[in-house]
Amino acid sequence: MSILKTENITMRFGGLTAVAGLNLDIAEDSIVGLIGPNGAGKTTVFNMITGVYTPSEGDIFFDGNSIKKLKPHLITKKGIARTFQNIRLFKDLTVLDNVIIAHHLRLDSNIFSAVMRLPDYTKKESAVIQKSLDLLEDVGLMEYKDDKASSLPYGKQRKLEIARALATEPRLLLLDEPAAGMNPQESIELMEFVKEIRKKFKVSILMIEHHMQVIMGVCEKIYVLDYGVNIAEGSAFEVQNNPKVIEAYLGVDE
Amino acid sequence: MKRENIIRIGLIVLVVLVLAILNSTLGNYQLRILNLAGIYVVLGLSLNLINGFAGLFSLGHAGFMAIGAYTSALLTMSVAQKQSNFFVKPIVPWLANIEMPFLPAMLIGGLVAAVLGTLIAAPILRLRDDYLAIATLGFSEIIRVIFTNTMSLTNGALGLKGLTRYTNVPYSWGIAILTILFMFSLRRSSYGKAFMAIREDDVAAESMGIDLFKHKLLAFTIGSFFAGIGGALLAHLMGTIDPLMFRFLMTFNVLLIVVLGGIGSITGTVISAVVVTVAMEVLRFLDGTIDLGFMVIQSVPGMRMVLFSILLMLVVLFYQNGLMGRDEITLDSMGKFYKNKIKKGAKS
Amino acid sequence: MSLNTFMQHLSNGLALGSLYALIAIGYTMVYGILRLINFAHGDIFMISTYIIFYSVTLFLMPWWVAFVVAILLTGAFGILVERLAYRSLRNSPKISVMISAIGASYLIQNLAIVIFGGRPKAFPIPEFFNKVVYVNTISIPVANFFIPGITMAALVILLYIVNKTKTGMAMRAVSRDYEAARLMGINVDTIISITFFMGSILAALGGMMWGIKYPNLIPLMGLMPGLKAFIAAVIGGIGNIKGAVVGGFLLGMSEIMLIAFLPSMTGYRDAFAFVILIVILLIKPSGLLGENLAEKV
Repeated sequence: MSILKTENITMRFGGLTAVAGLNLDIAEDSIVGLIGPNGAGKTTVFNMITGVYTPSEGDIFFDGNSIKKLKPHLITKKGIARTFQNIRLFKDLTVLDNVIIAHHLRLDSNIFSAVMRLPDYTKKESAVIQKSLDLLEDVGLMEYKDDKASSLPYGKQRKLEIARALATEPRLLLLDEPAAGMNPQESIELMEFVKEIRKKFKVSILMIEHHMQVIMGVCEKIYVLDYGVNIAEGSAFEVQNNPKVIEAYLGVDE
Repeated sequence: MKRENIIRIGLIVLVVLVLAILNSTLGNYQLRILNLAGIYVVLGLSLNLINGFAGLFSLGHAGFMAIGAYTSALLTMSVAQKQSNFFVKPIVPWLANIEMPFLPAMLIGGLVAAVLGTLIAAPILRLRDDYLAIATLGFSEIIRVIFTNTMSLTNGALGLKGLTRYTNVPYSWGIAILTILFMFSLRRSSYGKAFMAIREDDVAAESMGIDLFKHKLLAFTIGSFFAGIGGALLAHLMGTIDPLMFRFLMTFNVLLIVVLGGIGSITGTVISAVVVTVAMEVLRFLDGTIDLGFMVIQSVPGMRMVLFSILLMLVVLFYQNGLMGRDEITLDSMGKFYKNKIKKGAKS
Repeated sequence: MSLNTFMQHLSNGLALGSLYALIAIGYTMVYGILRLINFAHGDIFMISTYIIFYSVTLFLMPWWVAFVVAILLTGAFGILVERLAYRSLRNSPKISVMISAIGASYLIQNLAIVIFGGRPKAFPIPEFFNKVVYVNTISIPVANFFIPGITMAALVILLYIVNKTKTGMAMRAVSRDYEAARLMGINVDTIISITFFMGSILAALGGMMWGIKYPNLIPLMGLMPGLKAFIAAVIGGIGNIKGAVVGGFLLGMSEIMLIAFLPSMTGYRDAFAFVILIVILLIKPSGLLGENLAEKV
């Protein structure tokens, strides 16, 4: 059973085609990798799936329903959450608040009862705070809960971003280079972490990554993009030995 | 009841007591300043909600104040007052015979400002930073120009005179205190946090499921409502309003308060509103002739505003956080401060 | 409306449009490089008219000397404004820069009130510009010919500098990406100062011709023309010099024509420009000649 399917999605910016006719198929409960050299259009794919860009052509189905024309916040509500390549936390807010905000969409309370602190709101609010604390506990950020997000060390900021995405209660999680800037030791920890969250939160994961070690270690299926075109797909082993992939990464006759 | 709540209520009672004492001891002139300070608290907080919480740089405050001021004034004026004011061109018939007490008139003023604020904001909210600022400034000017020209509705450039001065300390500070409580409660709620998330990073906020348009609009609507209320209070404190009162200078004054207090801080805005209002009055002598004893400086009107412009520049250039940054003085922070002090005291 | 009056309106519209255009170029140049609305630009324009006034009345200079002095001093004043109000904020959040710009504008206005006094002063119009020319039976002030002429001449010189000289190339480089420009060995600070200098010179040119056309000087006189010139820059596509000129002419002309054809709307004249601004921002925020800039996520 696939949770996300893209059909021939294409993104053009003026004369430039960033992504051309990509077909992704992500099975429920799987971890899928999206790799490719710099500028291959990987983040553009994320931006199309999350509604930041509307594909010029093609369609995107989440759970069988087209989400192509939905705004980003509605797509999040449907159950797709993401992190960003260049970490976009709410820097000036506390770690806990970062996670609480991600629960806002599921709170379903109007502003009147929120400001007047009517019982119907406060009940939900204390549940959200509890959930957020549990989540921080789960990812090991509990001790930082009252610190400003920007004060966390880099690796912890990446983790917080993942925790924040999880707080929206997604069924599909998109991770944009979660291991960027990490040393090998940290990368290996991240690998375990990713596997762990799949199990604990029952999410499917699509991740962009440059660290081959990470990708090969956790992904059950890998798509390779080069200049916006899907040049290979399959298991880690298949992809690694595909001549086209080797060519794209190493170049020929240079 | 929780201990914190008892302290909170105690604090409010204390503030009310102080205000009551001031109210019965101060002279007319000082009372006017006190009222003005309360009004500027309301205005500052409303701009702080839009600019500081939601991060929308709006320069249209004077326009919404004008709407609140005119709406409430036209509703409280008696039939006779209207007749004597509108001597050039009679007032439109549907307004001629309406007369109501101040409180509902003020609330309607706030509501009309909120509705217009929503209508104005809806199309322009997708503009960014400086474009949004210019567009809101534009709308505020358009409102002023319209008010200058609609003789039978606003009496044009002549303005409205002889309004009953309903605004007293219970009104101005009562509403100021309610506004402060409202803002604290909002800041604490998930809505307030959503606003701040938009301020921090709108792309991330949207991908966390926050409907940018709805939340920005909400911030703008609430801000306009309080601006309208502030305008209504101001009108009924001054007793006279005209379109010139609501020039960009008015927005500038409110912006000055928010910047000095720390954009995004409730307590900073409140302190700054009171200090700036009092300073504006106290420094009035700068515009007059100054007798230093050994020499006399001839009066130079404008000196006061020079001082305030310099102050604003200095804060922006060298101390961007203003008084409080985005922090608040809360029971928690006071408690911590106190504990630290005791610790330090114990060490030495 | 007779042809006569129409022609008169046309020439007035051209003159007003030229003035907006000259001031608009300053906004557009600064925005192109710093992505900053220089709120104080209208006040720099105001200062230029007062420099001429005092040069002529206090220092008894002949008008052309006064004009040259005003142009140079105003240019220097523009550089000063950038140094004091903007330079240290170059990497600050946009909101801070904007507040600083508003603060600078207010400071200049209020200083002008303190130093020059709030009462209106009469601009010393050179005898020559007071003449009226008769074309057939239409009487047109000499100034209405000179103003568009000088504007076009200034535009040609400016475009030459921006497109053909080394300084101009550096300016374009800085406006593209000033970090990269810095790495290429361009002195960004100097280029920014030159930009402010040139923008302010054009404002001074505008100021001197504004004085000839509307000889009533007050410290707040820069406010409205400044805002409208900014609107003109947005109409044309902010960051684009030709666009600023096109926008200036369009705005000036339509303002005059609005009054000519719908005299009952005269009171709404100042609102009209803002309505155009908002319409442009909503339907084509990049302006008539501007480029579309997509934002990167």
